[in-house]
Amino acid sequence: MLQPGVSTVTANAGLEKSLRRRWRLGERFIESWIFLNGLLAIVVLVGVLVLLLREGLPIFAYTPPWEFFFGTKWYPVSEPPTFGIMPFFVATLTVTVVATAIAVPVGVGCAAYLAEIAPAKVRETVKPIIELLAGIPSVVMGFIGLMLLSPLVQSMFNLNTGLCGLTAGIMLSLMSLPIIVSVSEDALRAVPSEFREAAYALGATKWETIRHVCIPGALSGIAAAVMLGVGRAIGETMTVLMVAGGALAVPYSPTEPMMPMTAAIASGIGEAVRRGLHYQALFAIGLILFTMTLAVNLIADKVLERQKRKFVR
Amino acid sequence: MSVNVLSNNKTTHLNKVKLKTERVNLYYGTFQALRNITLDIPEHAITAVIGPSGCGKSSFLRLFNRMNDLITGAKVGGHVKIDGISIYENNIDVVELRKRVGMVFQKPNPFPMSVFENVAFGPRRHGRNNRSELEDIVERSLRQAALWDEVEDKLEQSALALSGGQQQRLCIARVLAVEPEVILMDEPCSALDPVATLKIEDLMRSLAEDYTIVIVTHNMQQAARVSDMTAFLMMEEDRAGVLAEYGPTSELFTNPKDKRTEDYITGRFG
Amino acid sequence: MTSRTMVSRQLSQRTAFGLLMLATTIVIVPVLFIIIYMIVNGAGAISWEFLTQSPSQAGKAGGIFPAIVGTFYLMLGTLIFALPVGVTAGIYLTEYARDNWLTRLINTAILNLAGVPSIVYGLFGLGVFVLALNFGMSLLAASFTLACQALAMTITTSREAILAVPREYKEGSLAVGATKWQTVRHIVLPQALPGIITGAVLAMSRAAGETAPILVVGAAFFLPGLPQSPLDQFMALPYHLYTAAAHVPGMPKSTIWGVALVLLVVVMSFNVLATVIRLRARKRRYG
Repeated sequence: MLQPGVSTVTANAGLEKSLRRRWRLGERFIESWIFLNGLLAIVVLVGVLVLLLREGLPIFAYTPPWEFFFGTKWYPVSEPPTFGIMPFFVATLTVTVVATAIAVPVGVGCAAYLAEIAPAKVRETVKPIIELLAGIPSVVMGFIGLMLLSPLVQSMFNLNTGLCGLTAGIMLSLMSLPIIVSVSEDALRAVPSEFREAAYALGATKWETIRHVCIPGALSGIAAAVMLGVGRAIGETMTVLMVAGGALAVPYSPTEPMMPMTAAIASGIGEAVRRGLHYQALFAIGLILFTMTLAVNLIADKVLERQKRKFVR
Repeated sequence: MSVNVLSNNKTTHLNKVKLKTERVNLYYGTFQALRNITLDIPEHAITAVIGPSGCGKSSFLRLFNRMNDLITGAKVGGHVKIDGISIYENNIDVVELRKRVGMVFQKPNPFPMSVFENVAFGPRRHGRNNRSELEDIVERSLRQAALWDEVEDKLEQSALALSGGQQQRLCIARVLAVEPEVILMDEPCSALDPVATLKIEDLMRSLAEDYTIVIVTHNMQQAARVSDMTAFLMMEEDRAGVLAEYGPTSELFTNPKDKRTEDYITGRFG
Repeated sequence: MTSRTMVSRQLSQRTAFGLLMLATTIVIVPVLFIIIYMIVNGAGAISWEFLTQSPSQAGKAGGIFPAIVGTFYLMLGTLIFALPVGVTAGIYLTEYARDNWLTRLINTAILNLAGVPSIVYGLFGLGVFVLALNFGMSLLAASFTLACQALAMTITTSREAILAVPREYKEGSLAVGATKWQTVRHIVLPQALPGIITGAVLAMSRAAGETAPILVVGAAFFLPGLPQSPLDQFMALPYHLYTAAAHVPGMPKSTIWGVALVLLVVVMSFNVLATVIRLRARKRRYG
């Protein structure tokens, strides 16, 4: 390439020296510090899993996994102790099902109302109230359940005690509602307006549009919302500890007192001999909880990602 | 197409080569964005890079200040040299390079700070903290960018309150404040109105006396108005950008040597 | 399409809308009811003495001052241990870590670890801080435990805040020859600061309200005095509420409502603070 100019271009030695790589010690030091913090965070988070495995896995040497999962007898202090977590698992399942059965229709319905029908002023008033609900600590919810809901349930269903799976499920549904409403609402708002406009142009009423266009379009987001709500219900401790009843037998109906997995750990850990079998068994339950919630959250994440990509042009 | 008299003068007056690319290939991962580009860019002149969208003009521009490094998977083959020094070697300090090769972006991007702090940002980072020194630098840079008169009483106000054209001149001032040798401009006027655009074109011409300017533009008339040399980049079938033609602006626009160039400037495609 | 009259379609719509409004009502009525009920029942117990005196009669009478202090110590401890590490780790993950499968895995892991049940963090705290590191059932162990739980959240909120800073600002900074750290320090962090602070305040609010971890790690219901060192035992509001409600026979009901109300107020004020910060920052950014 000729033009323009002088034919020889000699490398400028002075410029080369000044462009040469600097030490920039200060920068290096800061980068190392930042990296260390990153590493520390990762170590802590991996540490949770590692600790659960370390303290929990040994129980399976004593009780084979099959017996542990499906056994129905949890007698940690008998001689010899038996560890079967079916009562806890069924309890968790029961309260989660009750909570989800209430929270999903109510939550999705509320989300549909807020996203599609409510005037802006109503939305702006309701959303902070829902955030208020999300901010109530679980122990307070448990307390309310204990003082207000459980006597009500007891008299309504003629039970010996109002501390049962149903009460716990109802309180849990209140706690799952904020996340279900919020994620579902986001999903509905993400449905492009062109779809709605097309439906209206064809003569559909607003409800018909919501029912046949918006909700199906937001379905994967709503599914993710439900999963996140389920995850919340599975992992909740204090509420179920205070109102689910704490009975050790496998429950056959939601109106029985029961002990979900989280409550089992919380109530047992105080008395378990450190590093003893009971202790290990509780850690094993923790491990199972960890896996369950992790799985639910991971799936919800993937679904949400896919939903986000769905409408990207 | 009108002939730029200034451009004619400049090309008869031999300029030293400031920037040089030798058979440069640019990859983003497995995708080849630029193929085998070789050209010399003269000092103290304005070189325009034109071509259809997506042909790699911005990527080409960013070779010179290694802003492509910010994209994961970006790889450069061949040589990119400034004053004869290859800048993609391991021993090159990228931060220092960017001080000498400044860049103005398509959308004006002043920092959310006062006008003064925007211009003072670069010098401050390079260690100049003396307030009066900074005041001198800021005034000098704003004057060079033809913005001083409009902002001299607004230095402490937010830069975001300025108009689009003013913001872009502020970004130019910001670059000038670190005393670069080369100014890269990536479609600097595409987000501006015609009046602001002309102001910036005038500014470019005055800056070219002291700096080397490379401008990417999709506006052929602008290239013809403003630049001394023009490089025409084309996209081949595999979407890699190649250099179709490079020469003095007046010649390229009145007597293109490559048919592709002729097709582009006569509007047959692009 | 079935031929339905406009009237019946309108009727369906009205019914449906009614149900959706009902759903919304079901969401908001319980909250308002709970809060009002708590204020009505708890306000009676709140007095200056209640808030500033220590308990007596094994906790059945007197004030809850140590529990309030304990809660604030826990919030502070959580903040100190979780915020610097969380923000710095967030900076690392957004600005310095290479964009490869490992980084993406780490980001997913952190996001999901925020959803792990708090009781599991309690177990972690027990195993590591109380036992392995031998801090015992102490304020230090509890703070670290709550901090680990908060860590996932602070990293995530910091990352989001940093990612929200427009790329143009960063490019503009690098293009005038600023180093990466200079860009982070002078451009990115100041812009991300409101988001980071909101995340920190929310983490503190959560630390104030969490019971399960401190239940496992060993809060106490009745202590004679305030903790004098981080290795002492401590009282805290959530644990106080739980124990008083479920395990202390003869506890005066109004006192328990009072404790619940105080806890609610503490947690809510931090939530409100976080919202205010978030809204003010948004207003400032978008005028």
